[in-house]
Amino acid sequence: MITFAFYLFAVLITGLFLVTVMSKNVLYAMTSLAAGMVLISGLFFILGADFLGVVQLIVYVGAVMAVYAFAMMFFDLSRDVEERHDKPWLIFLLGGGIALTLVVMFAAPIMGEAVHALYPPVAGATNPQAVGLVLFTKYLLPFEVASVMLLVAMIAGIILAGKKMEISLSAMDEDILPDTKENA
Amino acid sequence: MITLNHYLILSGLLFAIGLVGVVRRKNLLMLFFATEIMLNAANLAFAATSSYYHDLTGQMFAFFIIAVAASEVAVGLGLLILLYKKYGSINLDDFTIMKG
Repeated sequence: MITFAFYLFAVLITGLFLVTVMSKNVLYAMTSLAAGMVLISGLFFILGADFLGVVQLIVYVGAVMAVYAFAMMFFDLSRDVEERHDKPWLIFLLGGGIALTLVVMFAAPIMGEAVHALYPPVAGATNPQAVGLVLFTKYLLPFEVASVMLLVAMIAGIILAGKKMEISLSAMDEDILPDTKENA
Repeated sequence: MITLNHYLILSGLLFAIGLVGVVRRKNLLMLFFATEIMLNAANLAFAATSSYYHDLTGQMFAFFIIAVAASEVAVGLGLLILLYKKYGSINLDDFTIMKG
């Protein structure tokens, strides 16, 4: 049963992410990306990482995709995206080659020698409890740094997006555009 | 029986898809989507390694990757909106200001 679920999720995720990368329509790309992330959280549940799966659903599918959906309102993306490609086969060769090299580089230590478990899950504890025990003892400092980083990102997002909020580019006439380009 | 290698191969495949997207895309919003795919592939590899070695470290790093991805989206989209206000486009080809 788990085997069937893994292959089903794997095929669906690969297909959906291929749609994300290949599609010309931004809305299609965003929707398939969100669906692929939901299915990836399904793989997390299969792996026994319950809390990670829930966080993936809340943060990625909930927050990140909502931010993308809101950002889409700022851009004129109702048309299909026009992209110029000189050598398509070179792109696939380069992308695949670089990805393969990186994966081999980072996967090599696993193949080399026995990996010792640093923080095995506490016996009798559920996954969220075990995660909490490790996160708030061994990884407390990175956790705090991450929270500060999120605060910085929030302030940066507000300031960057909030600049000249009163000027609406889409409501502007075409002949005024060069003027704002000089001022900006 | 599904082994760790199955998950790692799937993760590598997804990473390759994301990297092809990064190389291929000229629209900046689509380029962000491709980076999200790459981050998700890394998360999957971390979770699988964590599960098969009975070690929670992988899940910890997956959490931090999710935090980094969230802040990346906030800052990146803010910059993207600024860029769109300045140039009226989010296509990378429109930003080539050096002529050679």
